Amino acid sequence: MDKLTTVDGRAYPFGMKNVDTDIVIPAHWLKTISRNGLGKGAFEVLRKEPGNVFDDPDYAGSPILIAGDNFGCGSSREHAAWALGDLGIKVVIAPSFSDIFSGNAFKNGILTVVLPQDAVDRLLEVAQGINGTPDPIHVDLESQTVTTQFQDRFTFEIDPFRKHCLLGGLDEIGLTLDQGDVIDGYEARQAQDRPWIVPAAVA
Amino acid sequence: MVKPRTLYEKIWDAHVVERRPDGTCLIYIDRHLVHEVTSPQAFEGLRLAGRKVRRPDLTLAVPDHNLPTTPRRDADGKRISIADPESAQQLAALERNAPEFGVRLIGDADLEQGIVHVVGPEQGFTLPGTTLVCGDSHTSSHGALGALAFGIGTSEVEHVLATQTLLLKQSKTMAVVVDGVLAPGVTPKDVALAICGTIGTAGGTGYVMEYCGSVFRDMSIEGRLTVANMSIEAGARSGLFAPDEKTFAYIKGRPMAPKGADFDAAVAWWKTLVTDEGAVFDKTVVIDAADIVPNVTWGTSPEDVVAVTGVVPDPQSFADPSKQAAAQKSLDYMGLTAGQKMADVAIEHVFIGSCTNSRIEDLRAAASLLKGRHIAAGIKHAMVVPGSGLVKQQAESEGLDRIFLDAGFEWREPGCSACLGMNPDKVPAGERCASTSNRNFMGRQGPGSRTHLVSPEMAAAAAITGRLTDVRELLNNEEGVVA
Ligand code: SF4
Repeated sequence: MDKLTTVDGRAYPFGMKNVDTDIVIPAHWLKTISRNGLGKGAFEVLRKEPGNVFDDPDYAGSPILIAGDNFGCGSSREHAAWALGDLGIKVVIAPSFSDIFSGNAFKNGILTVVLPQDAVDRLLEVAQGINGTPDPIHVDLESQTVTTQFQDRFTFEIDPFRKHCLLGGLDEIGLTLDQGDVIDGYEARQAQDRPWIVPAAVA
Repeated sequence: MVKPRTLYEKIWDAHVVERRPDGTCLIYIDRHLVHEVTSPQAFEGLRLAGRKVRRPDLTLAVPDHNLPTTPRRDADGKRISIADPESAQQLAALERNAPEFGVRLIGDADLEQGIVHVVGPEQGFTLPGTTLVCGDSHTSSHGALGALAFGIGTSEVEHVLATQTLLLKQSKTMAVVVDGVLAPGVTPKDVALAICGTIGTAGGTGYVMEYCGSVFRDMSIEGRLTVANMSIEAGARSGLFAPDEKTFAYIKGRPMAPKGADFDAAVAWWKTLVTDEGAVFDKTVVIDAADIVPNVTWGTSPEDVVAVTGVVPDPQSFADPSKQAAAQKSLDYMGLTAGQKMADVAIEHVFIGSCTNSRIEDLRAAASLLKGRHIAAGIKHAMVVPGSGLVKQQAESEGLDRIFLDAGFEWREPGCSACLGMNPDKVPAGERCASTSNRNFMGRQGPGSRTHLVSPEMAAAAAITGRLTDVRELLNNEEGVVA
């Protein structure tokens, strides 16, 4: 996983609320057996609308997405995170996220930043451009801040473990496997206390 | 004195492998269901890193999302090839990965095959007090049996395969209390829709729900599966029912369930899995059973719920301006206008199936209405997709397939089918479906499809009249009793 320390650049001024993962990536894209190439399907339905931000050349390749409340609700498909990652998005900022989506995003090295609605509204303005052309947004994970060139400064909360993993680009499975002994210990206790946990063998 | 705990807290505590200083816990996973859509990349990840599946004995693989619901084997038992190359590829990946990693596979031609969330309980794989995960958000279903069950993404699937654990933060707890008695014609699906309508699709975010109250105690296990299934539509990753005598009776004798002394020992522990007197929930939502009516959805979110006797709401009637805009967008998509009576909405398709409502009780309920009746002239396509091969077999032994076929329905092979339209079962653009599934999202049943979520009874009623229909009208007309 790539390290994520600071992210600088334009942001898609999206802002739509209750965007479910079917909107992020429609079901027919779930047929892939690989993680790559899903950016083409990201927001496919919305992209059929003329003038949508995702096909606006001004925002092509933007590393930040500014979304609305309850972003990523609905299906648990991780393809939503892969699709955003494949689009080049490294940070999603919204007033709230579905639990599953923010977990999936994190596991794929995408930072989800929760900010109050008024802060998100302000960032939407900046992303659209204070003077007509889109202005960049700066996200600093170490200091947990989102800043703009207009003196805006918003701080956000993040789980310390997630922060540690994102900053170091650490692979979660490898970290857990390093704790093989503790898991062995749990399994030994379980075998004593709840031996029936192993499913009956089926002929 | 030990602090009183909720059911959720008891299951959580029993599965903590390690607690980190920041409160994150490494949680042991007792049960892992794997299907063909969200697992290929996880197995690919293991292979690339040279890792194994830690506990193949706690893992069960079943294909369901992509399978065609038309016959899968010809008369000689040879596979009828799947036309869609990507569907075929996902199925092939599971068929390759399961044996390679030593995981048991219930294959597409096995009688036990079905939707993972139907198969788990049916096989006795799902047990009370276990932690159960699957790369699918409707894993919440298994909470009906008192399992702490939730959907995970593919990276987590890989994590569980490799380590049999997940790193999690404890959730908040929410009691959903429904006391009283459900009126005739009001089903568990209506209860689930009422909950979504009441708390909204984000209402349960961050919470694990526990379903409390007499309505849930009185509910059958299959009804509980319907309700727990839709916990996720109300935002909660998991919804729990305290296991009780009904649960134990349901599990006893199932192929993968504990046997003999093991079963007795398990039951002894399961009986302790109740929320203690004095335990505190972070939030409590109370709904009066008497207020729950046969429901339908009017929009493109499961919270867009209205009584079938009601009208399409006016977007302006919502307090929140963003909800107003969303409602207008939904109505445009759905081709409905504010004020229109729900019972006047004509439909062209009926889908009885999905992990919400494809078990034997659902099929019996729908068949009881369809017996001696026929689908209306305006219905272009009506189909029943049983949740598993065993459900299908049971229904056939009861003659339900004949009732459906005589009524003009198609009788299909088990799978997810038109619930999400990954296989050829889709609702055409602009056409309207009364569906027993759980999601009415834009394009869910096929691009441009319009979905109205209903109970199996209401789906049958809609098929008979060709429009969304209050099932109680048909119950009243019935000479016999329709239970
Ligand atoms: S039936 Fe529908 S909701 Fe259930 S697992 Fe299949 S696709 Fe998901």
